[in-house]
Amino acid sequence: MPHIAGRVRARTSRGRRLTGLLLVAPAVLLVTVFFLIPLGSTVWISLHKWPLLGEPEWVGLANYEAIPGDRTFLQALLFTLLYTAIITPVLFAIGLGLALLVRRSQPGVGFFRTVWFMPYVVGLASASYLFLWLFNPRVGFANKILQQLGIIDQPVQWMNSVPTALFAVTVMVVWKVVGFHMLLLMSGLQSIPDEVHEAALVDGSGPLSTLVRVTLPLMRRTIALVLVFSVAGSLLAFEQFFIMTSGGPGNRTLTIVYWIYHSSFTNFQLGYGSAMSVVVLVVLMCISGVQLAVLRDRQT
Amino acid sequence: MTTTSPANRTSAAQPARAEQPRPGRARGMPGWAWWVICGLIGIMFLAPVALLLSTVFKTPEAAVQSPPDYLPSQPSAENFSDLGSTGSGVWRYIANTLVVSLGTVGLSVVVSTLAGYGFAHFRVPFGGVLFGTVLLSIMIPFQAILPSLYKLLQFLSLQNSLLGLILVYATFQMPLSVFLMRNSFAQVPVSLVEAAEIDGCSSLGALRRVMLPVVRPGMISVALFAFFSSWNEFLAALVLLSNDDKFTLPIFLTSIATGRLGAIEWGVLEAGVLVTMVPCVLIFLLLQRYYVRGIVAGSLK
Repeated sequence: MPHIAGRVRARTSRGRRLTGLLLVAPAVLLVTVFFLIPLGSTVWISLHKWPLLGEPEWVGLANYEAIPGDRTFLQALLFTLLYTAIITPVLFAIGLGLALLVRRSQPGVGFFRTVWFMPYVVGLASASYLFLWLFNPRVGFANKILQQLGIIDQPVQWMNSVPTALFAVTVMVVWKVVGFHMLLLMSGLQSIPDEVHEAALVDGSGPLSTLVRVTLPLMRRTIALVLVFSVAGSLLAFEQFFIMTSGGPGNRTLTIVYWIYHSSFTNFQLGYGSAMSVVVLVVLMCISGVQLAVLRDRQT
Repeated sequence: MTTTSPANRTSAAQPARAEQPRPGRARGMPGWAWWVICGLIGIMFLAPVALLLSTVFKTPEAAVQSPPDYLPSQPSAENFSDLGSTGSGVWRYIANTLVVSLGTVGLSVVVSTLAGYGFAHFRVPFGGVLFGTVLLSIMIPFQAILPSLYKLLQFLSLQNSLLGLILVYATFQMPLSVFLMRNSFAQVPVSLVEAAEIDGCSSLGALRRVMLPVVRPGMISVALFAFFSSWNEFLAALVLLSNDDKFTLPIFLTSIATGRLGAIEWGVLEAGVLVTMVPCVLIFLLLQRYYVRGIVAGSLK
């Protein structure tokens, strides 16, 4: 934590304390009204049968008891975990590769960093509509380019099977966010002094074994942080599947957030949607716990 | 991208020692190979945008031709004029999106600057608890509390309103923004603040005249984060906005993709994608220094 200037100043007159309180009040008010209250009422709503319009009815834990028997929820949970298990190592490996290519300053590096990072500022929805089109079997370029390169013979119906749909979504997500992973891993790499690498190379260690045995262990906290970001983000995946696959074929690419959205706002079961939200919240809290442990570890 | 990293600084301080490989070259890789690899990857990153640009300037008929041509045979702006007559017209959605994102930027910057100043330079009663509360929401994204957020906005009559969206977006920008601003203010030397107060500045006067110039980079980072996230946000807008004339651009794209009579007008949809992307890319290219610094400061520190 950075040194906090205010601490040094011993003046704590009542007026200054009041001014301080007034300064932080708007932020605290916003967070209370639009975060803490909905957070608390998520639990409250989850104990009710709560239609979108009309009177709620108290049902106790019935919504929670329904979750294990909900095959679509279990399917969505498994698929979300599968997606997370695929996308996390892919983003990490490609992000690390890009970071290694551009970690040092030399002519051209700034240009490539900018180009590779740029898609990160494009919205997930816009990127999904861009790739929905590119992977469209009739009018998109994916089939045309892959056929011209001789990789496929026949046009592929990308969204008609889970593996090809997942492939298309993975390509989109890599294009859109890998620059962010590159940036964080690059800062991690740059914080290791050059002398460390030189010493390892002088000792006869090859570039690959230097990377695996020296560099990566030294940046393990950056790596842990990047992985936590990626896992937390993938568990909340929604747009890419809502837009590119519509959850299909046959609900087999439905994610948890997608199913919560569908239950709450298409099936009008806010109570049940909230109960599933609470389950997701507990999982996210655990992940954030890991994140905080990592951050705390950094300070020591 | 200009990051001032320790490695950059060392290599600038000790220009190319003779026995070292040329600065920057990944070891074991000749310079031309580095250019070829980076160039090919660069082409892969730029290709989707290049194909998008070539397609939106085709005629609507050519844009749905199968298989597609790489270049328009007959350049046309018809997709864009169609975009202007889809739904309430693209200008309406651009205006809505601008209102939402500028509102979110303004609210986030003002509120987090005040709070950052308060947390860094004042002994706020229960300051630790309050700061922790604000940061808590970084652990819980709004996707996880969407059903009750919807009920809350309905209760406040802020559902289907751009103001409601601004308040929600600004709230979920708070943890990162307050964190960045508190750190920015903590870097202002105490002597500077005291000098201002001896000269008779009030607390707010000291903030405005002495500290704002110092914390300006932090404010720009906060503004950029707020802009990109609110301009592009999809799920909350999808749930909270129900009238077509309130839609933001990402939701407008969904209504184009739903299509008239089932068939998607790909040229119009991709023109919409381009319109949604361009402001973000331009702002990023202009201000990437602040944005990149903010990301590194916000996630790694």
